Amino acid sequence: MQPSVDPSSPSPPPLIETVALTKHFGSVTANDGIDIAVRAGEIHALLGENGAGKSTLVKMLFGVLQPTSGEIRWEGEPVILDSPAGAQALGIGMVFQHFSLFEALTVAENVAFALPDTMPLRQIAAEVREISESYGLPLDPHAPMHRLSVGERQRVEIVRCLMRQPKLIILDEPTSVLTPQETEGLFETLERLKREGRAVLYISHRLSEVKRLCDTATVLRQGRKVATCDPRQETPGSLARMMIGSEVREVKPAPAHELGPVRLSVDRLSWRKPEVQSVALRDVSLEVRGGEILGVAGVAGNGQEELFQALAGFFTSAPDAIRIDGRDVGKLDVNTRRRLGAAFVPEQRMGEAAVGELHLSENTFLSLHASEDLAPRGWLAMSRARAITRRVIERFDVRAGSADPLASTLSGGNLQKYVVGRELSRSPGVLVVNQPTWGVDAGAATMIRQALIDLAAAGSAVVVISQDLDEIYEVSDRIAAISHGRLSAARPVRELTVETLGLMMAGAESGEAAHAP
Amino acid sequence: MWAEAIILTVITAATPLALAALGELVTERSGVLNLGVEGMMAVGAVTAFAVAVTTGSGAAGILAGAMAGAALSLIFAFLTITLATNQVATGLALTLFGLGISGVIGDGFVGISRPPLPQLEIPGLSDLPLVGRILFRQDAMVYLSIALTAGVWWFLSRSRQGLKLRAVGDSHASAHALGLNVMLTRYLAVMFGGACAGLGGAYLSLAYTPMWIDDMTAGRGWIALALVVFATWMPWRLLAGAYLFGAITILQFHAQGAGIGLPSQLMSSLPYLATIVALVLISGRGRLALRHTPLSLGKSFVPER
Repeated sequence: MQPSVDPSSPSPPPLIETVALTKHFGSVTANDGIDIAVRAGEIHALLGENGAGKSTLVKMLFGVLQPTSGEIRWEGEPVILDSPAGAQALGIGMVFQHFSLFEALTVAENVAFALPDTMPLRQIAAEVREISESYGLPLDPHAPMHRLSVGERQRVEIVRCLMRQPKLIILDEPTSVLTPQETEGLFETLERLKREGRAVLYISHRLSEVKRLCDTATVLRQGRKVATCDPRQETPGSLARMMIGSEVREVKPAPAHELGPVRLSVDRLSWRKPEVQSVALRDVSLEVRGGEILGVAGVAGNGQEELFQALAGFFTSAPDAIRIDGRDVGKLDVNTRRRLGAAFVPEQRMGEAAVGELHLSENTFLSLHASEDLAPRGWLAMSRARAITRRVIERFDVRAGSADPLASTLSGGNLQKYVVGRELSRSPGVLVVNQPTWGVDAGAATMIRQALIDLAAAGSAVVVISQDLDEIYEVSDRIAAISHGRLSAARPVRELTVETLGLMMAGAESGEAAHAP
Repeated sequence: MWAEAIILTVITAATPLALAALGELVTERSGVLNLGVEGMMAVGAVTAFAVAVTTGSGAAGILAGAMAGAALSLIFAFLTITLATNQVATGLALTLFGLGISGVIGDGFVGISRPPLPQLEIPGLSDLPLVGRILFRQDAMVYLSIALTAGVWWFLSRSRQGLKLRAVGDSHASAHALGLNVMLTRYLAVMFGGACAGLGGAYLSLAYTPMWIDDMTAGRGWIALALVVFATWMPWRLLAGAYLFGAITILQFHAQGAGIGLPSQLMSSLPYLATIVALVLISGRGRLALRHTPLSLGKSFVPER
């Protein structure tokens, strides 16, 4: 069943190899002449920033996308992978970044798609139990998917992949949704797969993980391969230079400053959206003083979206459940909260924070029309909106093709700089931002984080909701963790180890109760 | 005797609803919303009647009705699945098209009548007191609608192909990534829905009122659509719902006959009002109702290339 490596043969061909693999999307070149070779029995890292072309490359290896030109070789032989089914038949398995699971089905039913139709569900359930336990990924085969945590969902993906006994397993950013403890468990599983002689292609932008786990690393930058190296011989700094192409700028901590009064407080807020896949907020309380940044850490889908929407006024709550500068705002709408000096940056920059078909100056109206009075007596004050937009573009170095481009023409990082900069341009007294640097390149991320720190240092209260622990530690003064809609007490960043935060993210209230389920 | 007569008419009123709604349930479970049920029923009704009159065979009429419904749904499938047009707009257009073309086809058949479908008699059982006529002396399509409900239930909840169909309706992107054939699954589901709507139409023109007049579907396609939501996409609940709506339809006839002092227009609108009330009640129960909602419902699938 297991692929075997014959030690006597001098140099077996790589398990999978690409030669000058190229993929165009219209005029955009996502992959440009990429050569990569993955051998049996190795964990091979595919490194690169967001947009470097990692996902495009692995989608071609899994038959989801077809290359524009170039060749893929499997065990030395050229192959055409024109569908996921074809790739699976060869022995390639993939664990997707965005899970390909079915909410309405049970664990066993989800796994059934990886197996021949003739195998009865009862037998599948038994095998799920057996494989999941033998790899240390325990699962209840009869649990419906929508009840599972994100970490458990990933286990389902991995178990589904393993049920086919693949020779090559591709994992797309597997740890971005895991707590530190769950990540440890995953690493043990991967080490075991490696010992069994399988190959693992591991996509990540987390350098410390790659350095610890991987035997080989291929680095992509802007669609091109820039290096293949042994990550254990490199430092995180040198790997980052390869990924980014220049030195990484560091965030400067805020100068010492006095904390002001409490500017944002939430008192026992509970709420549930009427949709199936929503997380109920339960008794959420927090306080943020002027001059400090509260980081809210958590694994995706634990109520971050709902917390943001509650603070921003997407829905109303008890009047005194949320207070801004001492005023009850629970019943007030978004614009009224903005007029009181608050600002909000949602997670989705396209669609929520900005409209692609509108120019940036028009997008400026969307969030500032009330607080900056950009529409006096119903008429649009175009010149003032343009002036604000111009200042944001200058201050945040938004790279755009023209003075007032369509939002859809900006790259993700530049649009994010605009949507964050637009709110910061008002110097808001309270700022709530969800995933401020998600999918943004390192340079832009540093700039945005620095702006958040500077805003707090000037006396504002800032809440940063993020799944990126590095970011949370970099900007926060205090950190709270959100888990199943409950927010832990906030703890000063200096007193909080990653391990403790991991337990808090897994739902252990104080972090001391080490009985992770 | 009086109760028996009412129950018998309730069954005939419920059967076309159940047939059309069952088909739409399968279509929607695959993630496609076909609002053309009314049009497909009309075309099924007129084709079934025309073929039955021309050939003299009720069975040929039923078969032709199903095929006509499926043929019309194939147009819808090509537009919404292959060309990824908007499902709501295309479905509405299909209804208008179906109602129009049924009038054209049926032009020469107005005013003709033929005997209703024969009732299947089971010697002995059909003569049982109380339940004999109700349970054992129906026409073949009544039994077909019940067998079809059982079949759809078994297919969706017990068979591997049904699991695949539910997966496609739940998340077409995931299904595609796992190597399921989203397009083919949806084509087949839409055509099954069309065939069932055609059967429902055939029942109207061959059994319920064995004749053809323009617009004889009279909004039953829309009630069938509402029934699918009312039943929260579950076959047995759908059958029960069809009988409930059948009962309301019949009840308003009897109430009018008994001279209840309400305007007849208000009484005739009762089934439609009941539909709205049912939908409101369902949507109020959020999570319970939505558990079987196909999450991809109404969304076009365009694979990355």
